[in-house]
Amino acid sequence: MATRLTVNGKQLNTDLPEDVPLLWVLRDEFGMTGTKFGCGVSACGACTVHIDGEAQRSCQVALGDVWGDVTTIEGLGTPDNMAVIQQSWLDHQVAQCGWCQSGQIMQAASLLAQNPTPTDQDIDDAMQGNLCRCGTYPRIRAAIHDAASKIGG
Amino acid sequence: MANIRKIARRTFLIGSAAIVGGAAFGAWYVNRPAENPLKTPEGGAAFNPFVLIDQNGITLIAKHVEMGQGSRTTLAALIAEELDVRLEDVRVLQGQPAQAYYNSALLGELVPGNGYDRGGFAHALGETLGVLGKVLNMQVTGGSSAMKDGFTQMRLAGASAREALKDAAAARLGVAKSQLKTENGQVIAADGTTLAYTELAAEAGQMDLSEPELRPASEWKYIGKSMPRVDMAGKVTGTAQYGMDVRPEGLKFAALRANPKRTGMTKFDASAAETMPGVEGVYDLGDAIAVVANNTWLAMQALEAVEVTWGAALYPNETDQIFARIEQGFDLEANSTMRDDGDAEAGAPTGSLAVEAQYKAPYLAHAAMEPLNATALYTGDAMEIWSGNQGPMLHRQHAAAEAGLTEEQVTLHTPYLGGGFGRRGDFDYTSYVARLAVQMQGTPVMLTWSREEDMRHDFYRPGALARMKGAVKDGRAVLLDGQVSAQSTTVQVMKRWMDFEVGGPDKGHVDAIFNAPYAIENHRVRGYHADVDVPVGAWRSVAASFNAFFQDSFMDEMAHAAGVDPLEFRLQHMREEFPEGAACLEKVREMSAWTGSTPEGVGRGVAFAYSFGTPVAQVVEVVQQDSGIHVNKVWIACDMGTALDPSIIEAQMFGGMVYGLSAAIYEEITFSNGEVEQYNFPDFDATRMHTMPEVEVAILEAQEHLGGAGEPGTPPIAPALANALFDLTGTRARELPLNKTFDFKY
Repeated sequence: MATRLTVNGKQLNTDLPEDVPLLWVLRDEFGMTGTKFGCGVSACGACTVHIDGEAQRSCQVALGDVWGDVTTIEGLGTPDNMAVIQQSWLDHQVAQCGWCQSGQIMQAASLLAQNPTPTDQDIDDAMQGNLCRCGTYPRIRAAIHDAASKIGG
Repeated sequence: MANIRKIARRTFLIGSAAIVGGAAFGAWYVNRPAENPLKTPEGGAAFNPFVLIDQNGITLIAKHVEMGQGSRTTLAALIAEELDVRLEDVRVLQGQPAQAYYNSALLGELVPGNGYDRGGFAHALGETLGVLGKVLNMQVTGGSSAMKDGFTQMRLAGASAREALKDAAAARLGVAKSQLKTENGQVIAADGTTLAYTELAAEAGQMDLSEPELRPASEWKYIGKSMPRVDMAGKVTGTAQYGMDVRPEGLKFAALRANPKRTGMTKFDASAAETMPGVEGVYDLGDAIAVVANNTWLAMQALEAVEVTWGAALYPNETDQIFARIEQGFDLEANSTMRDDGDAEAGAPTGSLAVEAQYKAPYLAHAAMEPLNATALYTGDAMEIWSGNQGPMLHRQHAAAEAGLTEEQVTLHTPYLGGGFGRRGDFDYTSYVARLAVQMQGTPVMLTWSREEDMRHDFYRPGALARMKGAVKDGRAVLLDGQVSAQSTTVQVMKRWMDFEVGGPDKGHVDAIFNAPYAIENHRVRGYHADVDVPVGAWRSVAASFNAFFQDSFMDEMAHAAGVDPLEFRLQHMREEFPEGAACLEKVREMSAWTGSTPEGVGRGVAFAYSFGTPVAQVVEVVQQDSGIHVNKVWIACDMGTALDPSIIEAQMFGGMVYGLSAAIYEEITFSNGEVEQYNFPDFDATRMHTMPEVEVAILEAQEHLGGAGEPGTPPIAPALANALFDLTGTRARELPLNKTFDFKY
């Protein structure tokens, strides 16, 4: 039976079984590879997407349970038309290997949507589930503050 | 050519003079230019293996792979500096497997000597040794060597193309070449006429190439500046393509399950798996099973339903037994005594205070964020492979062997690597996908490892033990006699990668301890190769990762025994021995406002390591919080000579530090029943946002020769932290990870 999802504003259908995690529907079925696989057990945050605007680990959401509109890193902005937070990431030259950064950015975007002026403690609390083996945390923190100041005006 | 390779093999005695003889013998061969792997484009020119210009634009080729360290950007900037193009106006692509992209610097590390006082002769010897990498097809990204390798070569590549473009413009305009200048991808004549490189390329490709002069540092526009990384826009928009992101037409998705005891497979029963949703086939890969499906997750689910009987491990089943074998390594003949000043055998001199300690470091996994994966399409007489890897020629060679093809029949693409840290030098995941693809002729297949497979089938950083004896007198060290026993990464990697049996003293095994730049009257360092065969490999900074912990923890113990401030104690023994290293210590003292005393609830420690040509000093501050000990701040000072890109260097310095910090606090690979006991990040955690210290990095530029950036930030953090914890608590931890001894904030 086909399942219908709304991803980045587009309606997409899939015949995959309903227990397949959203992560693997996005990557292998829809070819949207911006969302990354890191651990499969919700321990690293690389697969973070938004469902109805809120950060979720897509490796833990079964296809049949997706409860709202999905936004992935591709829906946030493009190289020619970046979201403010992506531009801040670029300005602060955050990424090294980059594999975790889609998830970091989606987590941070969700934080800023709920809390436009996060403190360092707020950033610690919101971002601690997102692992980065390259250790880019200082620049992530700086980019979040920078994006907050731009979004807040 | 084949003979030269054989001779090189025979004479491959690492760390000895014989290898230099081998290189000299092959000089006629290695000095011959390697074939340009770039084909001349229609209406354009491939000036050399690094610069290709046609009517569509300018393409620069990076010879080293991009795994986060930023070398693609800096290599391109070096070319652009002389070519006179802007990085935003060019494409930068990854070099294909080709001898032209051999690493001329990697083997230079093996030159005898401690490195830090390398004079002109020893440095030249290193360069001579480096060209052996060409004979050995060493197209390898590793050893913190990309800039040493590329600094001159990339600028020459850019400059020679620029001169050919000017020659073509001079011919076309009928003016003297001296009247022409170049800027932003154009040749500009005195009268203001501009000719784009793209329209001149075809004619320029016909010009004779001359060896141009390189511009002096005073004229550099890009070198020494922080350049926007060429991979950044892709990486912040999810559009950068990694190995796991390639999607050739008709791709099938497979998952791997290999023997956790690292040998073969007796039998398996896949009948239950074969009927599971999405499954299209179960394949025998000899010592592993692959399930092919229409979705990676469905393939992983089906793998769980395969019943397999695995062969037994070839190493002892339990961690304690493995370490007992490492301990027995001390009873074997020393593999090396690479430092032997004075008379260490005599023990503590009369009137001195003896200090003794033993240290232990665990096996470690790499745990790069992108789990291992590779993709292949086999068509009978050819194979195309996509594999994020650190050694394109090596990976291609082994994939070709799997498929019974020649290397020329295999096309290997190297997309971005979602972390390497040394793991992706090994080619097992590329071999596995080749083995699978051969059984699926005509269908492209991606083989992905779960995180659990990745963590349990690593080539680990070896576990290691040290026995340190020292003595202090009148505030100075008068004896340092260090012994290190561990499996040799060098021996195992060279055997696995190139089928070399290496002999002789293993310099890499004792890196950052034999060459710790402390002048001590009686100073000996012996390395022992433990006789145990756990799969091990290059882990960011290799043996320096444990040797620095041994060396600079013990240095701290001697300082306390001598009653001297630990930072000052190091300086006393380094100022004359290695002034550039001492300057790094002075710098972190200044940055951290080090006083030698800390308030209640705060501890500070210092450590220093010299590795991959770069001295790094770090000061760590820890604070006792209600929820546990927090690493509050780390000050870092480094000196790799000319700082080619300060932003990228800073990122490597704090990034390398964090990689070591995660290991120092949390990480340990253990074995039970022959299998690794850690499966996923909850068992092998890392520093996270809330546990990340503040960092401050200073980049000094006093060294004469270029040093590495990717690895040297890693070794000093474990001893610096252990020393800070001693300052905070009075407890000396001599075993990693440190969460065995202390309660950290989680």
